[in-house]
Amino acid sequence: MRHLLSTKTITRDEAIALLDIAEDMADVAGREVKKLPTLRGKTVVNLFFEDSTRTRISFEAAAKRLSADVINFSAKGSSVSKGESLKDTAQTLSAMGADAVVIRHHASGAPLVLAQSGWIDAGIINAGDGTHEHPTQALLDAFTIRRRLHGTASRGKDLDGVTVTIVGDILHSRVARSNLWLLTTLGARVSFVAPPTLLPADTSAWPATFGFDLDTAIDAGPDVVMMLRIQAERMSASFFPSPREYARGWGLNDERFARLRADSIVMHPGPMNRGLEISSAAADSARSTVLEQVANGVSVRMAALYLLLSGDREDS
Amino acid sequence: MPKENAARQEYLIRGATLPDGSRTDIVLAGGRIAELGSGLSRAGAATVDADGLIALPGLVDLHTHLREPGSEQSETVLTGSQAAARGGFTSVFAMANTSPVQDTAGVVEQVLALGEQAGYVTVQPIGAVTVGLAGERLAELGAMAASRARVRVFSDDGFCVADPLIMRRALEYVKAFDGVIAQHAQEPRLTEKAQMNEGALSAELGLTGWPAVAEESIIARDVLLAEHVGSRLHVCHVSTAGSVDVIRWAKARGIDVTAEVTPHHLLLTEELVVGYDARFKVNPPLRRREDVEALRAGLADGTIDIVATDHAPHPVEAKDCEWDAAANGMVGLESALSVVHASVVAGGHLDWADVARVLSHTPARIGRLAGQGRRTEVGAPAELTLYDPAASRVFGTADLSGKGVNSPYLSMTLPGRVQATFHHGHPTVLDGALRPAAEIAAARLAQTQWERRHG
Repeated sequence: MRHLLSTKTITRDEAIALLDIAEDMADVAGREVKKLPTLRGKTVVNLFFEDSTRTRISFEAAAKRLSADVINFSAKGSSVSKGESLKDTAQTLSAMGADAVVIRHHASGAPLVLAQSGWIDAGIINAGDGTHEHPTQALLDAFTIRRRLHGTASRGKDLDGVTVTIVGDILHSRVARSNLWLLTTLGARVSFVAPPTLLPADTSAWPATFGFDLDTAIDAGPDVVMMLRIQAERMSASFFPSPREYARGWGLNDERFARLRADSIVMHPGPMNRGLEISSAAADSARSTVLEQVANGVSVRMAALYLLLSGDREDS
Repeated sequence: MPKENAARQEYLIRGATLPDGSRTDIVLAGGRIAELGSGLSRAGAATVDADGLIALPGLVDLHTHLREPGSEQSETVLTGSQAAARGGFTSVFAMANTSPVQDTAGVVEQVLALGEQAGYVTVQPIGAVTVGLAGERLAELGAMAASRARVRVFSDDGFCVADPLIMRRALEYVKAFDGVIAQHAQEPRLTEKAQMNEGALSAELGLTGWPAVAEESIIARDVLLAEHVGSRLHVCHVSTAGSVDVIRWAKARGIDVTAEVTPHHLLLTEELVVGYDARFKVNPPLRRREDVEALRAGLADGTIDIVATDHAPHPVEAKDCEWDAAANGMVGLESALSVVHASVVAGGHLDWADVARVLSHTPARIGRLAGQGRRTEVGAPAELTLYDPAASRVFGTADLSGKGVNSPYLSMTLPGRVQATFHHGHPTVLDGALRPAAEIAAARLAQTQWERRHG
């Protein structure tokens, strides 16, 4: 794998192969010494133009468990905040000998631009670009679903026939987009539920179903309910009248959680707004995978770094 | 005097094809078309073989960004004029979003003077509608109209005159001197942080959408305002099928509205945004295939009056970056005629007489620009473009003569080539190559002196 930029272009076999490697990586996490020598001597740069402590430390842990050297480059307080361009930053990192760049950027498409620019030769992992994609989040979500469904027999399995309902700010969500492509590639059926203002104006190109009514979606008994975070800035921009009204209409409250099929799982990419999109009872229940998602995130990112940095590169 | 001789060099263009398809020789003398007919001869005239070439009236661009004063790293009046000449233009209307803004008589006269010094084309300044393009109070429209620049077209292009009362007042006020408001139709609230056409593709790419309704609603409001106050309205860079419908309705109702479309909106679609290559970032954004088809049909049936380039040069770093950070705009002067050829002539929407209309006669008329956009007849000013419709080329940076290389057509194969451009009877482009700046400036100076002496 040369880069990991989007889940749209990943094939079913590629996805399963990556998830299977992540299973091997998860086994490492269960050992007393949680470290492999695989990427010794390789340098991974976490290039974060947006704050995201969770994603950054997850990638950092993944790289360190594979014995890579990790450099954290945060845009705040750096040359970037003094007006340095993406091009100059990339060329600087290239000159320092980065082997892989994990990029989080506020602009959709920035990782693709970086990968195609010729500014840097390193492998690029998209750690979230604007409102476009967040591929490793979708991979860890798929991994988590597969493990819940198949346990230790997960290797080699896809998500054929699994029904996944994703609820919340679809319009601005890179998690929703990456999950749409990956989960459907793996055979799952995805439906989105949101206020009409938080769905894209034209969803005709998305292989999914769409609804406005969370109660109907709950009563349909999906295998998975994934609640998305509502960003603070949406609350003041008339996407919905008030946080209370949002919670009433689209929050996974105790009453809806009680109606949910007994073996449905509840997911959230974090960080959660408890009491807004998800109640504490739902978040803390045994059906919630929130902490598993965090743990699996490290395994999946180890697998991605491994595929990017070990072995022959396709273009070399 | 040798300078005068250069300016008074006469030209015999042999065997050109006029837009109506007829074949003729053309003699250019004294800055005018002196003779038309077959088998002409002229002692002392330089001969230009125009066999197989179409002789179009010099092209007129109603929508050019020359960037000077203020952004000389992007373009100057001289380099923009050179780009224009290379594209077959003999006149450009220079948009007002310079720095300082062209919102006073002083600035528009400065731009006019820079154009005269460069000498490649007639540079006709456009005046800002509002002070500093801020949309809050009217600029001194009358002073700009009465200045030596004789401004008749006013536009805040880059920004929409969004305040309906300011728009009404502007439309009314310019009636005093036969002016026109050229509106950049973009409802600002509906396009906050907009990055590309809003639709299925923007949903996938995660780019904030620029909905068609943000253009169409402003055009609808403005044509009704123009009707109410009995004024003349021009709509810049129409980009959507719905806008074509609104303008068609307005014209059927007798409203005095004209509209332009850019070459890039006639040829390119939003699919090009998929790779986040910022060369394709432009405002209004590239639209859907259906919109492109509607724009072509609208141009063919006269709903859209003209093609204007919206030539928008930028330095390399403004495009060599992530999509959100990139500047809007494309250079378009050098490629305009070839793109019109490829998009609407090749498909049969327009013939060459229509091209002469939409790229010369009508833009000159809308802008009230004397001496430009005239038919090719004896006595008319010698403003002429010779175009080779049989040529074909892979468009590259060598085809660009301005400072900007932000062309969306690089490495695309385009038909045709501008072989020669004559401005005031003097070639600014000959054998497909731009003439040197010193020669053009000298010819321009000598022409001016000759005109003063001979009236």
